[in-house]
Amino acid sequence: MVNLPVGYGLILAGVLFALGLVGVLARRNVVFILMSIEIMLNAAGVAFIVAGSHWRQPDGQVMFFYILTMAAAEVSVGLALVLQMHSRFKTLDADAASRMRG
Amino acid sequence: MYFILYLVSAIAIISTVMVITRLNAVHGLLYLIVSLLAVAVIFYILGAPFVAALEVIIYAGAIMVLFVFVIMMLNLGAHSAQDEHRWYKPRMFIGPGFLALILLAETIYAMRYTGGIRTNLISISPQQVGMELYGTYLLGVELSSILLLAGLVAAYHLGRRHYHAQPRERV
Repeated sequence: MVNLPVGYGLILAGVLFALGLVGVLARRNVVFILMSIEIMLNAAGVAFIVAGSHWRQPDGQVMFFYILTMAAAEVSVGLALVLQMHSRFKTLDADAASRMRG
Repeated sequence: MYFILYLVSAIAIISTVMVITRLNAVHGLLYLIVSLLAVAVIFYILGAPFVAALEVIIYAGAIMVLFVFVIMMLNLGAHSAQDEHRWYKPRMFIGPGFLALILLAETIYAMRYTGGIRTNLISISPQQVGMELYGTYLLGVELSSILLLAGLVAAYHLGRRHYHAQPRERV
């Protein structure tokens, strides 16, 4: 029987989430920002799975299913915005779209 | 089993670091797929085979293919590499890296209370997950279908090539 410290999986999730956060804050390319958001969502999913396997309940996996659905909806809208931004500004720089005018 | 788990965790972390430091978007995407596959192996070891399969099929399969489609549609030429060189300065990682490191240190500090608690890993079958998903959480499944429909409509609306709005100057 394999047994594992419960903190191990949570620290792994924390490290992945922190890396995604650094990616969102430091990169200026919109595609990389979206990828970093995916990393952060996935790290949250890891935390849910670790908690679910600790209490031996399927609820953690159900929550991962919701995260998956939300990530799919988020990435489709985000990538459509990237396409729209590239056709308007001819660049992927996040700073180019800093003026909110209609 | 422990060795495999630690090895796969190291692969996940290293490939995630590679994702956020690449200049070429396609390279970052390929490293992200490696990271997601490593996380799928972690899920399998943690006793969640259904979610491990979903991670490979939907995350590494469907969502990453969306990214590839968009990168292909953008048709980034040689100038994108020069742009990226101009935007990407390693010193930009210092501030966010420092702040994220503080948050991570706090998380690890909070985890010290769980040090003695260990999880006996057992596998939770897809049948149990399905019973829970379509029993207790049925309302959530319906709501996520509405969310996906909203995402579809929004992507269709935003993805139109000729958007009838005032033409604006390049910023």
